[in-house]
Amino acid sequence: MIVELGHFCLVIACVLAGLQMVLPSVGLFRGNLLLINTGRSLASGVFLFTVLSFCALTYAFLTNDFSVAYVARNSNTLLPWQYQFSAVWGAHEGSFLLWTLVMSTWTLLVANFSKPLSDEFRARVLIVMAGLSVGFYLFLLLTSNPFERTLPFYPSEGADLNPLLQDFGLIVHPPLLYMGYVGLAVPFAFAIASLWSNQLDVSWARWSRPWTNAAWAFLTLGITLGSWWAYYELGWGGWWFWDAVENASFMPWLIATALIHSLAATEKRGVFKSWTVLLAVFGFSFSLLGAFLVRSGILTSVHAFAVDAERGQAILWFITIVIGGSLTLYSLRAWNLKSVVGFDKSGRENFILANNLLLTISAAVILVGTLYPLAYEALNDGAKISVGPPYFNAVFVPLMLPLLVLMAFSQRSQWAATDLRVLVYGQGRLLAGSTVLGVGVALLLGALDLWICGIATLAFWLTLNLGMELRRRVKGRQAPWRRLLKQPLAVWSMVIGHFGIAVVALGIVSAVMMSEETDLRMAPGDTATVGDLEVKFLGTEAVQGPNYLSDQGRLEVYRAGQLLAVLQPEKRRYLASQSIMTEADILVRFAGDIYVALGEPLSEGAWAVRIHIKPLVRLIWIGGVLIGLSGFLSLLDRRYRVRSVLREKKISERQGSETAYV
Amino acid sequence: MSKPSVLIPIVVFAALVALLGFGFRLSDPRLLPSENLGEPIPAFQLPNLLTGRLMTEADLTGEPFLLNVWATWCPSCVAEHDALTAIHTQYGVKIIGVNYNDDVDAARRWLEQLGDPYAFHVVDAEGTLAVDLGVYGAPETFVVNAEGTILYRHVGVVTEGVYQDTLATYLAQDSMGGS
Amino acid sequence: MKFGPMKAHRRARLLQILFLLVLAGLATTFLLQALNSNINLFYSPVQVTSGEVPLGQRIRVGGMVEAGSIIRASDSLKVGFNVTDLAGSTFEVNYTGILPDLFREGQGVVATGEFTRDGLFEAEEILAKHDEKYMPPEVAMALEAGDSASSALP
Repeated sequence: MIVELGHFCLVIACVLAGLQMVLPSVGLFRGNLLLINTGRSLASGVFLFTVLSFCALTYAFLTNDFSVAYVARNSNTLLPWQYQFSAVWGAHEGSFLLWTLVMSTWTLLVANFSKPLSDEFRARVLIVMAGLSVGFYLFLLLTSNPFERTLPFYPSEGADLNPLLQDFGLIVHPPLLYMGYVGLAVPFAFAIASLWSNQLDVSWARWSRPWTNAAWAFLTLGITLGSWWAYYELGWGGWWFWDAVENASFMPWLIATALIHSLAATEKRGVFKSWTVLLAVFGFSFSLLGAFLVRSGILTSVHAFAVDAERGQAILWFITIVIGGSLTLYSLRAWNLKSVVGFDKSGRENFILANNLLLTISAAVILVGTLYPLAYEALNDGAKISVGPPYFNAVFVPLMLPLLVLMAFSQRSQWAATDLRVLVYGQGRLLAGSTVLGVGVALLLGALDLWICGIATLAFWLTLNLGMELRRRVKGRQAPWRRLLKQPLAVWSMVIGHFGIAVVALGIVSAVMMSEETDLRMAPGDTATVGDLEVKFLGTEAVQGPNYLSDQGRLEVYRAGQLLAVLQPEKRRYLASQSIMTEADILVRFAGDIYVALGEPLSEGAWAVRIHIKPLVRLIWIGGVLIGLSGFLSLLDRRYRVRSVLREKKISERQGSETAYV
Repeated sequence: MSKPSVLIPIVVFAALVALLGFGFRLSDPRLLPSENLGEPIPAFQLPNLLTGRLMTEADLTGEPFLLNVWATWCPSCVAEHDALTAIHTQYGVKIIGVNYNDDVDAARRWLEQLGDPYAFHVVDAEGTLAVDLGVYGAPETFVVNAEGTILYRHVGVVTEGVYQDTLATYLAQDSMGGS
Repeated sequence: MKFGPMKAHRRARLLQILFLLVLAGLATTFLLQALNSNINLFYSPVQVTSGEVPLGQRIRVGGMVEAGSIIRASDSLKVGFNVTDLAGSTFEVNYTGILPDLFREGQGVVATGEFTRDGLFEAEEILAKHDEKYMPPEVAMALEAGDSASSALP
């Protein structure tokens, strides 16, 4: 019964979203303010019914209702309860229900936290979002209904959740990632609304900035978590594979990163207007493209959902209509747009332009690499190829290096004219200092490698420049330390976000250049030497988990004869699906992770064992979290806490001068 | 700004959609032809999974049926099982299983746990019948008519939708041709 | 620069466009080169047995792991097995390292590496992505190629 109610709630949500699209449109057409404002209250309705529907599916999972096909496929009575809960979004149907829930959440937030917008503009934004929602609900109801029953004969036991997904990472990773993906629909809706109303001024940029920052922050955390999950759960010890699905999440991130910068330039200086609109459209397009790649099975990937031609087709049609329509609208409007005003050659705008160019090109080359197998297949009579990680490294790294240099150099630039002397002042000394630090780090890691020295130097240079910028802001005033704390959160957000990039860069170069990786056969009692460590394999013993049997290995790690840790990696066999899973064990040290995984059992109690040492690899995720947090921090800036229209007006009056934060 | 340049995004986008649409058509894994279409079921002599009695191709004739290749090591077969159960109960279709490259005890436990909508199963432990059928992997499903001729082959999971859209038409076609 | 004389403005514009074109050309060349040096062509067993594969070049091959063909070394992670298309074409694969969890006899497999001599493939990487619901398109295609090749024989 509850399940049918859940299905019914979903239908109601779809109908309400339809009304939310139609009624305000009619209102706009007739100039009826009452109808125009229905969008806001309807947003609550859509949200409420989606939540109810989501709860109904959760209920079906927690009560082991295997008459629901989706539950039977993805759960099991032996499955621990927290995974029964997260299994709700463990496969295609449920994860798309989560997607619509996230969409309705964003719509609700936009409806209720957009006081500075005019009624009309808000209505347009909500109409666009409602239109997207209708598409999502129809897709869910028509092609991927999670509430489908298999009556009258249903299995007495479920097939269990894919063991790869029985993990803490999966509980949090999809919601975060979807908040990011779907969140990009908000700047998209703002951009379309401004195109639609022909108001391509700076105000839409100001309004959509906090939303973009929020979506971008979620996306950042989602990707970071995904990389961490791949590291400890896939059992290969890698943290990024340039896999099609990873790329599908990384491309929107690159575009969104460009967008948050270009929005700033548009808001503050009124430049790049039509470009920023285009970026907002691109950002969401890449989100949808990601959904298509993951759910259509067009490209093989470890993360891909089940293949279904019908669903893939539906998403492709949706993309064609939504993005094709948006770009057509863009072409019509931009055709008549006045050309961009010139800007000073030395200002921050230039750095943002360079940033945008490099980031969009990176996204484009990743897109080319991801889709090249398809193009090749199309042009060469179905011949299959794959594009390996070397391609992505070869094109991505050369684009990121100048970005890092520019990032370091641009921290002290200002909007409009910046005195070049200010910009280069002291850079020589900073660079010298960071070179010393960079070489120092390389020596600490034990290799005077050019890559490590170079990247570490750049990372320190960026960090020192961030420090100099903070210093500039408080220099010569009284009580500088207290003043530092009183800096607007927007400044702190910028500093922390860019510092996060420096941290990630250092983590990546160290993990790539300094990793020690060994795969070997080990019989009980064997000892292997990896780097400065000795690893002794004591054998395995059988262990029983809640829904799996496991061979648990015991490995002692010694350094200079001293026992550091005992690691217990596992090879699990999940009972319901009979699938086999590698569970790595990792000793976390600041100097570097020791990563141990069991391969397969060989003869006479011996096992294939994988031992990796990864210095500073943690920095990748620590940096990622810093970057994500910086996005949230910017939301807390006082500009965005102000809600009333009146105060908003005052702010815009004050915004003439950059120091209006006082 | 030169005006035609605003058309660049939409042109690029159109090319992209064309590529995706094309690639999509190509990579649909279910569009696999079979060499055995229109041919009789290959000869075999394999034990019944539950009774152990030796069965041959002669045991398969009499009425049209679905020949479903499954195994316990194949996660998608579990997913497919629901649909097969539904198809059997709702439409009364006879389904015969080929248990492929599998552990016999695991297969029996599997059927006890999930239910058994099949008329019977033959055990193809060596994969000989599967090779003769040209099976690529599990699951695969063949539509066979009353004379034992293979009419259609489906690679991948059978769903109720697949049944209604394609398998049912082949089954119906057979009964029309047969009567 | 915005209010500069028309001619200078035009010339600057032209230079800008030229510069962008050169840059785009260079970038495209680099991109295509990077792509073409990093793609791995896929070959099926029937292409291998008919001698179509290049020796010593990094490629990918795929098919089914022949049942009963897996041989392990007793003192290292060396393993050898046969890859077949179930239609008569078979070749040997050697690999040193840890096989993926989904690697199994009678299952689809895709390997990256190179042929060191006729019919012996030295793999650097083994993928058994017969994961969820279907086999890798490459393997399906390889088997199909084998099927049509064998049926073409008299």
